[in-house]
Amino acid sequence: MKPVLKYLLPLAIFLVLVGFFAASLKHDPREVPSPLIDKPAPAFRLPVLNAPDKTFAPEDMRGRVWLLNVWASWCGACRDEHPVLMEMARSGIVMVGLDYKDDEAQASAFLSRSGNPYTIVVVDADGRVGMDYGVYGVPETYVIDRAGIIRYKQIGPITQKALREKILPLLQRL
Amino acid sequence: MKRSVLLVALCLWVPMLVQGVARPLGDDPEVEARLKALSSELRCLVCQNQTLADSSAALAEDLRQEIRALIAQGLSDQEIIDYLVARYGDFVRYRPPLKATTLLLWIGPGLLLAAGVGGLWWVLRRRNARLSDDEEKRKEA
Repeated sequence: MKPVLKYLLPLAIFLVLVGFFAASLKHDPREVPSPLIDKPAPAFRLPVLNAPDKTFAPEDMRGRVWLLNVWASWCGACRDEHPVLMEMARSGIVMVGLDYKDDEAQASAFLSRSGNPYTIVVVDADGRVGMDYGVYGVPETYVIDRAGIIRYKQIGPITQKALREKILPLLQRL
Repeated sequence: MKRSVLLVALCLWVPMLVQGVARPLGDDPEVEARLKALSSELRCLVCQNQTLADSSAALAEDLRQEIRALIAQGLSDQEIIDYLVARYGDFVRYRPPLKATTLLLWIGPGLLLAAGVGGLWWVLRRRNARLSDDEEKRKEA
């Protein structure tokens, strides 16, 4: 082996490893890619919060671009996310809240205390609809297009960065 | 005295009310056996290094209940796994399927082993060649 190569080879291997580690640092193992991307949003019909005689189904939103935000009053990360949602609501983004395995009284109390960013809030008391959407860590948000297709899923709270870099550009395209 | 007896009785009675009767986990041992086998093949997405069978997360409990219901509906094990994969993705399986995106995962260790054995063989052969060269030279000298 040429002497130069003898020293360069370990260095090259080291750099490749550093590359792998650097890439893994940015990758959050808790974010599991959803198999539902580019598939139709699973159908459901659920009662509306505080108006159990009314119901909501995703097909009611046909022809509109909307966000389905899975949240709960017991979820701490949802409280962190809440100001971002309020900001989004003010800029005219249509959001439906899916109140996941929550106490209805506490959910309404949370919304009247901190503000309600949702066009409509539906109650998923037993988490069955959450299961159909593959929810495993509240909050989660789905961007659904005019044809009722899921185009993006945010796992965990919507950060300013995610809003700026992912959600707003996507909404502009849809 | 009578009052204190009453008090003790009350103290014993209240916890009994709160505890209630333990909910039966499953009535059918056959269903439970299938659930156990299936859920030890499936990953809990909340605590990702635990199987669905081991995890005490609320979602894992919900999913076990769901699997029970699916078994009761007469779905096969494969259909139940497909049902969960459709919702949570391949990650829910502890044994990833062999496909284009997981090819490196499956053959990667084999490739690394082959490269290691190949490299070792190459180095040893070169060293032997050099050693025998040296020997020839020594004999000549």
